[in-house]
Amino acid sequence: MESSRRDLLKLGGACALGLTTLPLVKAHAKSDLPKVMDNPDALKGKRWAMVVDAKKCWEKGKEGCKDCIDACHKIHNVPDIGNVKEEIKWIWNEKFQHVFPGMESPHMAHDYHEKPFMVFCNHCGNAPCVRVCPTQATFKRPDGITMMDFHRCIGCRYCMAGCPYGARSFNFRDPRAFIKTELNMTFPTRERGVVEKCSFCEERLAVGLLPACVEACKHGALVFGDLEDPNSPVRKLLAEHFTIRRKPELGTEPGVYYIV
Amino acid sequence: MKIYNGKPIIIGLIIFVGVALFPVFYNGGKASPPPEIKLDTPVIQQMTEKQCVLPKGEMRTGHMQVLNEWRTEVVRNGHRVYVAADGKQYNMSLQNECMKCHSNKSQFCDACHVYAGLQLGAVPYCWTCHIEPKEPKETK
Repeated sequence: MESSRRDLLKLGGACALGLTTLPLVKAHAKSDLPKVMDNPDALKGKRWAMVVDAKKCWEKGKEGCKDCIDACHKIHNVPDIGNVKEEIKWIWNEKFQHVFPGMESPHMAHDYHEKPFMVFCNHCGNAPCVRVCPTQATFKRPDGITMMDFHRCIGCRYCMAGCPYGARSFNFRDPRAFIKTELNMTFPTRERGVVEKCSFCEERLAVGLLPACVEACKHGALVFGDLEDPNSPVRKLLAEHFTIRRKPELGTEPGVYYIV
Repeated sequence: MKIYNGKPIIIGLIIFVGVALFPVFYNGGKASPPPEIKLDTPVIQQMTEKQCVLPKGEMRTGHMQVLNEWRTEVVRNGHRVYVAADGKQYNMSLQNECMKCHSNKSQFCDACHVYAGLQLGAVPYCWTCHIEPKEPKETK
């Protein structure tokens, strides 16, 4: 068959025209509806953070008050294994010398030796757990929360080795049998072989609620807000008070501040 | 043609074929009944328009992809609301949305998964973490 250069170019042009039809059809067929969106009530932040006012916690709270711990562990179906080695904790308390090692001195005020400091995941700006996770089950959200995707966790526990705050717990056994509180039917449990930790209640932020521990503390010793927003409650407290963070020398940029 | 050690070989072959075909003859002619999916939960009965997030056919063949997409959107991208083709909005949650209507897991999820030979509670392993709704005893 004879074919001229002219015919070949025509054919090429027709083919090129054909390539444009798919994007056109797609643009035409696209519905105006978004497929997924956020809850309009959701709390939005650029860098969520927490301020723990230890003085308020000690002065106003009763001795041995565990409101924040109970609220958190109940809402998140956290088991009580009853064995320190296998303990699962999202929020717990420690003494000063364990929270801020190296900063204690033998003659500091009595309170600092004895009174509890609330500790939980610091949602670090430069989180070592995120860096070491081989499956990206632990990842950083754009709002600063260090989030766990339990579906992806393979239980290697690198994150636990990486976290300098001991904020992560491993499920050595099926936790279901050890959930002593009434099961929260709206939140999943975990299974054997995954790591868990505080999530700053991202599931509550998504529907416009503050974290459970913040809500549970009757004395306002836990304050939650956006570090990037100059009018947020945490920024106001940080501007008014001297605060310290846990092990800042490690460069993890913790997002939990303590008024001591 | 001569088969060395023919006698035991032939006997062995007959036994092997018999054992291999045993399930075929044992279940011969009896088709196991196809799974029956029940949709008569209280919530679904009260719905005026009985419509899931996607048309029935798409849900039947693609619910696992839908669940995977929802998981990715919620856990990793932080978007929690799904907008269906008719503009209706759903909370993308297996435990809080899917099971609100399909509260009869044993007659809905399990009906097919067990029929297809997926081990109960193992594959798909949704329910090792997600909490299944409590079902009244008699329906189980």
